[in-house]
Amino acid sequence: MKDIREDIAWAKINQDVMKSLENPRKIYWVILFFAVLMFAVGIGCEVYQYQVGMGVANLDNPHVWGLYIATFIFWIGMSHSGTLLSAILHLMHADWRKPIYRFAEAMTTFSLMTAGLFVMVHLGRLWQFYYAVPYPNERWVWPNFQSPLLWDAMAIFTYLSSSVLFLFVGMIPDLAIARDNLQSGWRKKLYTLLALGWEGTDRQWRNFRVTYLTIACFLIPLAVSVHSIVASDFGMSQQPGWHVTSFPPYFVAGALYSGCAAIITLFIILRYVFKFEEYMTLPILKKIVRLTFAIAMVWTYLNCVEFASVWYSHDGVSKDLLIQKMTGPYAPFWWAMIFCGSVVPFVFAIKRFQTHIPVLFATSLLLNLGMWLERWMIVAPTFSHGYYPWTWDHDQWPSMIQWGIVFGSFGWFTLLFMVFCKVFPSVSMYEVKEMVYHRTLHLKKNEIGETAEQGAH
Amino acid sequence: MTATNLLENWASVRHFHPIDDKPHDPYKWAMAIDLDACTGCNACAVACYAENNLPVVGREKFLHGQSMHWMRIERYWEEDGREFPDQGFQFLPMMCQQCEAAPCETVCPVGATNHTQDGLNSQIYNRCIGSRYCSANCPFKVRYFNWYDYPTTENVWPAEMNRQLNPDVTVRGKGVMEKCTFCVQRLRAAEVTAKGEGRIVREGEVQTACQQACPASAISFGNLVDPESRVHKQWLTQQVDLDKDKQDKDQKEGGSDLRGYRILEELRPYPSVMYLERVRESAV
Repeated sequence: MKDIREDIAWAKINQDVMKSLENPRKIYWVILFFAVLMFAVGIGCEVYQYQVGMGVANLDNPHVWGLYIATFIFWIGMSHSGTLLSAILHLMHADWRKPIYRFAEAMTTFSLMTAGLFVMVHLGRLWQFYYAVPYPNERWVWPNFQSPLLWDAMAIFTYLSSSVLFLFVGMIPDLAIARDNLQSGWRKKLYTLLALGWEGTDRQWRNFRVTYLTIACFLIPLAVSVHSIVASDFGMSQQPGWHVTSFPPYFVAGALYSGCAAIITLFIILRYVFKFEEYMTLPILKKIVRLTFAIAMVWTYLNCVEFASVWYSHDGVSKDLLIQKMTGPYAPFWWAMIFCGSVVPFVFAIKRFQTHIPVLFATSLLLNLGMWLERWMIVAPTFSHGYYPWTWDHDQWPSMIQWGIVFGSFGWFTLLFMVFCKVFPSVSMYEVKEMVYHRTLHLKKNEIGETAEQGAH
Repeated sequence: MTATNLLENWASVRHFHPIDDKPHDPYKWAMAIDLDACTGCNACAVACYAENNLPVVGREKFLHGQSMHWMRIERYWEEDGREFPDQGFQFLPMMCQQCEAAPCETVCPVGATNHTQDGLNSQIYNRCIGSRYCSANCPFKVRYFNWYDYPTTENVWPAEMNRQLNPDVTVRGKGVMEKCTFCVQRLRAAEVTAKGEGRIVREGEVQTACQQACPASAISFGNLVDPESRVHKQWLTQQVDLDKDKQDKDQKEGGSDLRGYRILEELRPYPSVMYLERVRESAV
């Protein structure tokens, strides 16, 4: 199993990463094409829904929320692992994160942007969405600060702007490298603008480190709070199946879980498409796989906590709902969620599969399917088996419009992500150099130690 | 527009809880529905459609669960082993319960649904952005969303029937939430008339459309604060209070003669509608 070579030249790192901006494999264009196609489907569905009304989504009373909210939580969740990799592991000095955190951070930003779209798509009067923003107006009308949905809007906006900033700041030295390696063209102009006149002086590096660390420290509580607040959308309501105290940690664990699984998927795709085999090495993949497995077990544990607390709570309605989830019309999806979320990750526990790329690719997709189902199983069954018996026999299946927009969101995300990787260096050049430097330093120390020992003999 | 606006005590503008809330003065609109008298004839629902300009969505959308009946008659079959023609069932007229501590109000991101001075749960159509959080949090599921642009595109009122629309009630566009208002247009008109004459609205002066249409007089409606009102007397007789979360009739061992209760009151939304339990075995 090959790790990053210690003797790799810094110039070669620059060269390799810069090459990814120019000639990815042909499949890049295929992926891009399908992403645009998927996005177009989503746009078409949204235009239709905007014109005709939310009814075309086949929502009804009592099923007023559907796939939009479920997929919204899914995308918010996806965004968490970028922060985990870039901020938390940065503070913990985990060197192995260095070649992969850039794309994880981009994933954070783009999945947040996708989640934001779902808030919009979900609104009955999309054109009045700004009512939910506390903007100054002549009538002194404020939004309702008691509503978790408002906290949500604020938390997401804060998180999005901070992660864009974090992504950008962390990229400045690399943008300077890109700028210096290009002769002319729009790219040169873009990098010159974005590199903010970076020259790599001592003073700049010192300021850079402090800034980066500050934003990292700022981002961690934000990441935890943002998904806790999404959880309070449900936890703060009165409905059975939602009114659960353990929801915030459960949501955060689920978020890290789906995010890590997504990182594995994207790792494998990027590694192949942009020929990063030498940087995104299998030992790194193995570390993420183990991390994902650990988080999967935390998620499973929190699931059990939730079921147990519902089961022993003597809250008849919640208990009925849990039984309905297991046996009612949603049962196939509910059991698929349990299977994909808690059973499939055991593949990661098998050492042979920890670096087996086809298996990992399939497994990571299954995990995310499970996590998407989890969000749907949080949202939907509460509506079909809530407090009020009159609502119990109303079945509702999402229309093709809903599925189309969910489908389109994956295209939108892929589109943003793929364009980003083509325009910006998706492997952090300066941090890989640091990593290599640290390793050689370590090796040299060992060599010195060995020679010293030999000399003593 | 100043920052002090943000620091204001918001509790002072919002009615919270009937227990440590300021008393309703001079009005608290409330209802009592006698399930023993209800025959399930649906006249109330029809009257509501006529009074409040409710769109008639048609068979297909009804089957999709997209109908707009603010007032609905629910039917619950008795499961005692008997087959259809002999099987009994019970009716329950259901509309917005105008809760005192309404779960829908706190969750609306834009504050489009609020409590009024006279104890109604109001809905501001112009402010609503259609997040549908209110409906998600409503225990009774009595909020109805405009899934389509009914008045202009769905042709819910044929052109020749436009003149039967009630001019006192606005027609709602697509993407907003609506629900029973206790016929607020009638209440406001009566309140304004009474105020002009320097008095409060008398018992019997104002009726809701459903109450007016009910052939069995199962629905009574009025000012709960007014000791002369029928609703006040009914609530008093049944020992039902706004701030109770369980009823005396359920506390007494071996049953009681009391029949009054409010639906899902253990969740403490403190609804303004009292139901009187059915004593007869079955509705039919």
